Order: sequence, then structure tokens, then C-alpha cells
Amino acid sequence: MKHLRPALVMLLGLTLLTGIAYPLLITGVAQFAFPSQANGSLVMRDGKPVGSALIGQNFTSPGYFHGRPSATTATLANGKTVAAPYNADNSTGSNLGPTSKALRDRVAADVKKLEAENPGRPIPADLVTTSGSGLDPDISPAAAEFQVPRIAAVRHLDPATLRRLVASHIVGRTFGLLGAPHVNVLKLNLALDRLAGRPGGT
Amino acid sequence: MTVLGWAEIALFSLLVILVTRPVGGLLARVADNSRAMRVPVLGSIERGLYRAAGVDPATEQGWVAYAAAMLTFKLACFLAVYGILRLQAWLPLNPDGQGAVPPDLAYNTAISFLTNTNWQFYGGETTMSYFSQMVALAVQNFTSAAAGIAVALAFIRGFSRRSASSIGNFWADLVRVVLYGLLPICIVYALFLVWQGVPETFHGAINVTTLEGVKQTIALGPVASQEAIKMLGTNGGGFFNANSAHPFENPTALTNFIEALSIFVFGAGLTNAFGRMVGDERQGWAVFAAMGLLFLAGVAAIYAIESGPNPILTALHVSPVMGNMEGKEVRFGMAGTAIFSTATTDASCGAVDAMFESFLPLGGMVPMLNIMLGEIIYGGVGSGLYGFLMFAIVAVFVAGLMVGRTPEYLGKKIEAREVKMTMLAILCLPLVMLGFTALAVVLPVATSQISAAGPHGFSEALYAYVSAAGNNGSAFAGLSGNTFWDITMGIGMMIGRFFVIVPALAIAGSLAAKKTVPASSGTFPTTGPLFVGLVVGVILIVGGLVFFPALALGPIVEHLAMLAGTTY
Repeated sequence: MKHLRPALVMLLGLTLLTGIAYPLLITGVAQFAFPSQANGSLVMRDGKPVGSALIGQNFTSPGYFHGRPSATTATLANGKTVAAPYNADNSTGSNLGPTSKALRDRVAADVKKLEAENPGRPIPADLVTTSGSGLDPDISPAAAEFQVPRIAAVRHLDPATLRRLVASHIVGRTFGLLGAPHVNVLKLNLALDRLAGRPGGT
Repeated sequence: MTVLGWAEIALFSLLVILVTRPVGGLLARVADNSRAMRVPVLGSIERGLYRAAGVDPATEQGWVAYAAAMLTFKLACFLAVYGILRLQAWLPLNPDGQGAVPPDLAYNTAISFLTNTNWQFYGGETTMSYFSQMVALAVQNFTSAAAGIAVALAFIRGFSRRSASSIGNFWADLVRVVLYGLLPICIVYALFLVWQGVPETFHGAINVTTLEGVKQTIALGPVASQEAIKMLGTNGGGFFNANSAHPFENPTALTNFIEALSIFVFGAGLTNAFGRMVGDERQGWAVFAAMGLLFLAGVAAIYAIESGPNPILTALHVSPVMGNMEGKEVRFGMAGTAIFSTATTDASCGAVDAMFESFLPLGGMVPMLNIMLGEIIYGGVGSGLYGFLMFAIVAVFVAGLMVGRTPEYLGKKIEAREVKMTMLAILCLPLVMLGFTALAVVLPVATSQISAAGPHGFSEALYAYVSAAGNNGSAFAGLSGNTFWDITMGIGMMIGRFFVIVPALAIAGSLAAKKTVPASSGTFPTTGPLFVGLVVGVILIVGGLVFFPALALGPIVEHLAMLAGTTY
């Protein structure tokens, strides 16, 4: 077993190097150079963290823009698993296949609600599909615009003003090429609260 | 599909071409252990490791000793990872109080990471302490990647040497690839990721109160350092359950693009290192071209298919414009998702930025097929190149049969021993993939864990064993683990790794011992389009055709069912 000593020494040495020194180095530099990002890109309002700019929230009140459906779950103390949208402690997609009956039924129910809210308009696909992470912070510009009539009615705001608000929050493709245009829902809702002069959560 | 989407794919392909030569040059220098690398700090670490381990890097090993050294190292890795995962509750850096990992899951995870598979039957943020992530798992990300590259370098030496009895020194290859290849790039790469928004902290999960007044717990951790090597080493094991779909692993369209590119960096670079080491870079570019053609076919297929809607949802008045969005993130765009999904399965990475289980039937078939072909399209770091060269051996063998001449590749006569070893490596994969799938779809203990009904359930099981034996690690992730799946997939991962590596090293040893025959007018040139076409044909026929009946039962049947509006 002449390979035993090198195997153990190399594993130990490379562990110290890549398992301890490397992450410590990156953490040290990151905390110094990019403290906000390194700690989760928290968004503050009135000195308190109200979320992360990168993590979606489960907006349900009619006065806010809503994110996409989320398939994340939580495990209760008695071991039961329950739906818990935007649980940022347990990321997951729905993992429903394209011919899943559960997928069709879920989408049909969501479509019904959205059609009642904004009749006659095609439903943007991202508003009725869950994301891969269950934490998607963004929606498409079309999905944001789709919700303008509802929010205008609830908040007594001019739809044209809201459309301008949405337009100013559209993040385009990186370098005009990479990715897809999107709107960060948390940032949009924070701006909405500022515009309306009061929170709309209750 | 949009023009911009195709332009993004074109830009990606261009960048893969551009990184190939510099990385190839670096790897060729790393492989040449006759010259010490004069790098401050790292050089002294290298010498210190040799001294402590009692290794003389200049003493070379034959293929048996090389393989024995690697297997001994892997055994030590297995015991270390298994031990840490079982004991993590008592170890430091566990701010969220994770308990011990159960025995069968710890076994499955240890094998998964040391074989560079990184299949995950656990959710990172709900199972693993920061100590386990760093000291157990990230270390395997580095060393399993380095071991893969080491074997590829040894394999190339089989071609580049004449009448030689040795193929390199495993310890020197391992250490030099980590120190001069993976680690320096990872340091820069990890900091780039932090800049873009990937967390890097030892702080535990934080609680915030959302705009609607609800408590939200947000898992954090030293993510960026792990993310960098996870992609660069084609490991693919996510810090979080949702892997690179999670905004903390992959926050922007730019990180998505770079993460996908980094999957290919070493696989593509190795084709050039191969060319340099055998003394003719064109040999490397021929390999690159064959791989590139298969990549373009895959990415075009996924982009075209997933840009289309699920007709079952369109019938419910969902707008078809965005394509199939279930399981996908908005920010990446469909082209970005297609690039990432193709790259991760062309190589043995297995990181995902969208959930394959929710792809359309034919869209999900493409990643599966990529893995079935052997992940030789740039491929896993190291494993892609030696896997591809085995197909090249079959190709020259077939060409030799057609003209009735002893086949040669790079001046080496390809004889019975090489072809036998190659076929052993190539055939063990479908055997494991299809054999275990057949078992899993009839045993109740296995079927109870399959989430989908109908043909999609079959695809889910098939994908699992294809991913395991292919050492990929991506999944139709509705599948949940139990002891049966933990154990059978652990076996599949080991066979998929070591029943390819050991024959590869045997071929290397056998080729290194041969003389080189000078090229003559009867030599089949291995740099031209004829050769490229022949290898691609062999890959599709030998690697792909064996799976066609299984694909017909899964994705193809499901596609027809979907068109008919059937749900399960």
C-alpha cells in the first residue's frame, strides 16, 4: 500500500487549500469589496431589511404587483409538507412534466382568476407557470403590464402613470444581447408604495 | 425564437473557440512535469505537498500504478466525505443546526461527489452545514475534476510517447491541475460571481419581514466559492436545492452566460492540449470541430423546442409567446436557458438553470440524449476528452475495416487490445443505464418514488440512471430518493466512472508502449472533415442508437400524447 501515505497527505493538503483557505480568502475579499452582495443583496426600507433584491416574495394583496406562482414548500413540526410559496429556505421548482394533470389543473385555476381580473387579454405565460427556483424575483414586462388595471383600481392611481412606472423598471438584455427583459417585482412594489405615498400590503 | 437569441448562441460559440487555445496552452504546460512551474506561493505549496506525501514527481508510473494511486485516493475521499456528512452535527460552521446526514444518503452523496457526478438526493440548504459544503463537497469538486483531467493527460501521453513504460505521475498531475489550473481561475471567477450578487458569508440564514408583513427566511452561505468550482470543474452539485436556477447561485443573465461558458473551458481547452502534446494542433481542432457540431445541434434543438408553448396550456388561453416557461427563470431568456441546458449535459456538469422535468417531452429528450452519447461534447473535464478519443479509436477501427488495413491513430497501431478496452468502456454505460431502469420501473420499492405518471414517469427513472452512469448529476427532479435509489445509483455512478477510467488508462499504457509508425499515403488522415464526419457518425450510431427504443417509450410517446392533449 505504497499509495496510502500520498493519498492521505494529498487529501489533507488539498482540503486545507481548497476546502478552507480558498473559501476563507474569497469570503474575506468579498466582505471587504462587495459587502452588500456578499451578504445577500438585502433591500432596506426605513432602516429595516424588507427582503433581498434577488429573491422573490409572495405578493398576494391586490394592491401590489404579483410575482410568478412558486412551488416551494415547508415542512411542519409534525413532518407534514405544505405549500409555502417563495420559501427562500427551501428552493425548488414544481417538477411537473408537460403532460401532468396537476400542472394543467393548477394553470387552469390561475388562468380563471387572471381572466376575471383583466378580461380578453392573453395571459403571459410566466404569470401562470412556476419558476425553476420557486424564488424568481422577476416577471416579464408583459406580466407587469397585465396587472396594471387591477392595481390602478385598488390604489386609485392613473393607469398611464402605472404604465410609466413599469416601463422605468424594465431591465433590458445585458449588453443588449444576453437574457430577457424583466422587471424586479420587489423593487417595482417599493417604487409603487413611494408613488402612492403609502404601503399597499394591508 | 428571436434573432437576438440566435446571436447569443453565436457569441457563446465564438467565446468557446477563443478560450480553447489559451487554456490548452496552460494545460500542456501543467502536463509537462519535467519543467517546474515558476509561480510564487503556488510553487512552494506544490513542493511542500510532494515532500509531505513522500512523492517524487519525476518518478513516473505505469498505467497499473497510476490507476492504483487514483483508486486509493478515491477511497480516502469516500471515507472522508462519508465521515464528515455523518458527523456534521458535531462539527463547526453549522449555523442553521443541520443534523447528521442519514447513512444511505451520505453514501450516495460521497460517491456522487468523488465521481464528479454530483447527483443530489438532498436539498443543500435543508441538509448540509457550511462545513460539509466546503470541507467535504467543495474539496471533491476540485479533486474529482483534477483527477478527471489527470486521466485525460495520461491518456494523451499514451499517444504522444513512443516505446514508453509510463504515462505520468498521478500525484503530480493531480496537484498541478488543482494549483495551476483550477484554483487561480476559481479565485477570480468566485469574486466575479460575488460582484454579480452571489453571497459569500458564514452568516446563517436571515429573517426579513416582507412588504406584506410576512416573515421570510433567506438561506445564505459561502456560495460563490463553491459555485465557481462547481461550474469550472463540471461538477454541478448546487449549494441550494434549485441549483443554478436559484438567484443566489445565478443572479443575472451575465452570470448565466459565464457559468455556461465555464462548463466548457477545460473540456474545450483539453482538445487543444491534446493537439499540442501530440505535436499537431490540427488534431485537436478536428476533435473540437466534431464536438462543436454536436453542441450546435443540441443547443439549436433545445432553443427551438422550448421556445414553443405547451399546447395543453395554450388551450387554456395561456399566451404562447414566451414558450414553455414552467420550471424556467425569466431573467435568463430562452436562449440563455438553452445554452446552459445543452452545455451542462454535453459536459458531465449537471448544474441546471431550469428544471428539466418540466421541459417539453422532446426538449427534455435532448439533455438525456447528450448524456447517453457519453458526454463527449467538450465533455466533463478530462472525461470528455478520453471518452471522445475512445470513439475516435472506434472510428479509425471502422475505417480500417472498410479498407482492410490495420487502423492507426496518430501513428499508433490500433489493435485488438485497444478496441476491446474501448468497447468495454463504451458498452458498460448503456448496460447500467438501461439495466437499472428496467429494474426500477417494475419494482414497487422503486416506482413508489417516481412522481410523474404515464410515459413521463418512465422518462424520470430513465433520466436518473442515465445521469448517474454518465456522471452528470442533472435530474428529472421529481424523483425522490430512498434506500433503493441511493444504493443502485451509487453503484451506477461508480461503474460509470471507474469502468471507463481504468480501461482508458489501460489503453494509454498499451499505446505508450508502442512504436510510432510513420504516416504513409495509406494513412487515414485524422484532421479533415472526413474524419470529423466519421467520428460524429460513430458517436450517433454506437452511442445513441442503443437508446432509441427506450427514448421511444418515454419522451417520444409523451410528445404524441401531448399533441393529443392527454394528461396523466
